[in-house]
Amino acid sequence: MPNKTFFWFFLPTGLAMILFIGLPIISTGIQSFYAQHDQVVKEVKKCDPFGCTVSIVVDNEETTKIRDAKPLGKFNGFGTYTDRNHLAVDEIKKFWNETESFGAFVDQVTNLPFYKALIFTLTYCLFVTPNVLLLGFIIALSLNAVARKIRGPLIFGTILPMIVTPLVGSLVLFWMIDSQGIIGANIQNLMNDPYLSLKSSKTLTWITIIIYGIWHHSPFAFVVFYAALQTVPQEPIEAAIIDGASRLQRIKHIVLPHIYPVVTFVALISLMDNFRVFEPIIGFSAEGSAQSLSWLIYDNLVNEEVILFGSAAATSMMTIIGIAILLAPVLIRTWKEFKTAR
Amino acid sequence: MDYGLDTKSTRLKTFNTIFIITWLLIACFPFIWTFWGSFKVRADFFSRSDWWYAISAFNTLVETGGKFTSNAYTEAWTEGEFWKASKNTIIVTVFVVSISLFLGTLGAYALSRSTEKYAFWILMIALIFRAMPHITLVSGYLFPFFELQIWGILPTTIVVLVAINQPFTLWLLYSFFKTVPKELDESALIDGCTYFQAFRHIIMPVMWPGVITAGLFSLMLAYNDFTVTALLLNQENHTMVPKIQSYLGTNQHEGNLMWAVSAVVSATAPLFMLVMFFQRQVISGLTAGAVKG
Repeated sequence: MPNKTFFWFFLPTGLAMILFIGLPIISTGIQSFYAQHDQVVKEVKKCDPFGCTVSIVVDNEETTKIRDAKPLGKFNGFGTYTDRNHLAVDEIKKFWNETESFGAFVDQVTNLPFYKALIFTLTYCLFVTPNVLLLGFIIALSLNAVARKIRGPLIFGTILPMIVTPLVGSLVLFWMIDSQGIIGANIQNLMNDPYLSLKSSKTLTWITIIIYGIWHHSPFAFVVFYAALQTVPQEPIEAAIIDGASRLQRIKHIVLPHIYPVVTFVALISLMDNFRVFEPIIGFSAEGSAQSLSWLIYDNLVNEEVILFGSAAATSMMTIIGIAILLAPVLIRTWKEFKTAR
Repeated sequence: MDYGLDTKSTRLKTFNTIFIITWLLIACFPFIWTFWGSFKVRADFFSRSDWWYAISAFNTLVETGGKFTSNAYTEAWTEGEFWKASKNTIIVTVFVVSISLFLGTLGAYALSRSTEKYAFWILMIALIFRAMPHITLVSGYLFPFFELQIWGILPTTIVVLVAINQPFTLWLLYSFFKTVPKELDESALIDGCTYFQAFRHIIMPVMWPGVITAGLFSLMLAYNDFTVTALLLNQENHTMVPKIQSYLGTNQHEGNLMWAVSAVVSATAPLFMLVMFFQRQVISGLTAGAVKG
């Protein structure tokens, strides 16, 4: 296709992506170097029969004036990146010097908001992704052994958790395991502990959100694996059966190698999706004990008093860097393949 | 995969059946339970004292005189203004699907017929864009949108959702157009058609299976989106999912939980029907990028 024709065909979609994906990333980058203005304060002298007192009040008029003149805020350089709510450089130095043992140091650092969120996000990815692959594969194998006639409805039932939006999915689960829901209330009765609830324990909250993640993402892995299983050639399997290979050996030596490329694809996609975990935290109302990077950005953006654009943008930039690190191996591999293909 | 030689022991078969039934229960029961509970009063569905109330409908009988009540639905749809939210969702979904299909088919067709190197790089960039968490993009939008005073209205959200949706649509339709033989439109070009004419008369009649799949995914994205709609729309223009969140209440004001329950059911039911109807297309779309490599 000639370049000119290609240009006209691609222009609308290209423009949409540049304007609303490319530019916002740049805009985020710029915003991350600015911070909201400080409030202008003035001294007010107040005199009464007992003497004069000087108090400091916020000058609203001046503050609004400055905000209107420079809506982006004041230039802050990398200040936002290094402040307490992000990389917290000063705090970490302080902890390093003050704490006695390494354990105490780690303890202090993981209490800083950014590191807390990073650790939750990584833990979530680390536990959900492999389990999604495993459960998805087992369901696919298992459904593949069922009679063809009843597979349709079974597949429909299996993919339900995936097609609802994460907020709805987590709400539906939350209403069951909450202390007033069917499962939560029964567990309380069984354990004979009326205070046992999701919100009371950080570990329980994390486990719940991770289980939710597995529940929500496994159907996707299942669908892809199931389709891949349909393409596994029959001859090697028959040969293996004749040679006396057990079921497990057949899966390990024939099926798995065949669907290996698909496994990496699913792992990549679910890693990308898990890294942006955010809605379940709202659905489970778990803000208290589990915060993810995306949730931090959301929290800054819905701030009641003044929207913390700079802070949200700095976290966003660091999230994007995180995604880039995750994607790098894939991109490098594709580039190498592309180079050798030429 | 039915192996002729493969004989399964009965033990394995029973184990398999039990496993599938357990999994289906885990996958589906929460939805069935929520559907059931949406016809009860709050004291039954969220009862601390006795979960059996949710089955026996003790409080529902006391409060409304029947075993089932549709109060939660009527209240959420009228008082809770869920009708407005669903109207907004329909507007957003219809526009997002049609615009993103229009842009996506043109772009993906060009990509699939181009032999240049930049086509490969465009696809790679689209993959990177696909990986961007939506919330990071939203944090880029908010400030410019406030300044331009286009925040809070439906058209802005529609355009944003179309753009966010493009990378996936492009990949899906690209792999679909690759399966449409090149000879079809090449012969039309030899006969003197321009590329646009070839696209209009040769490709358009055969592209519908791919377009339906891509359309379904755009629809699910627009319908299910929370991040973009919650932050880019004002209260008045909220779509269903942010509306459900607003029913949950915050620390400042108490929400109405039963409204949220009935709203969840109302929002999920059409989606389930749709997927039931188009199950084959959904599955082919999910596997398009994967199986063919």
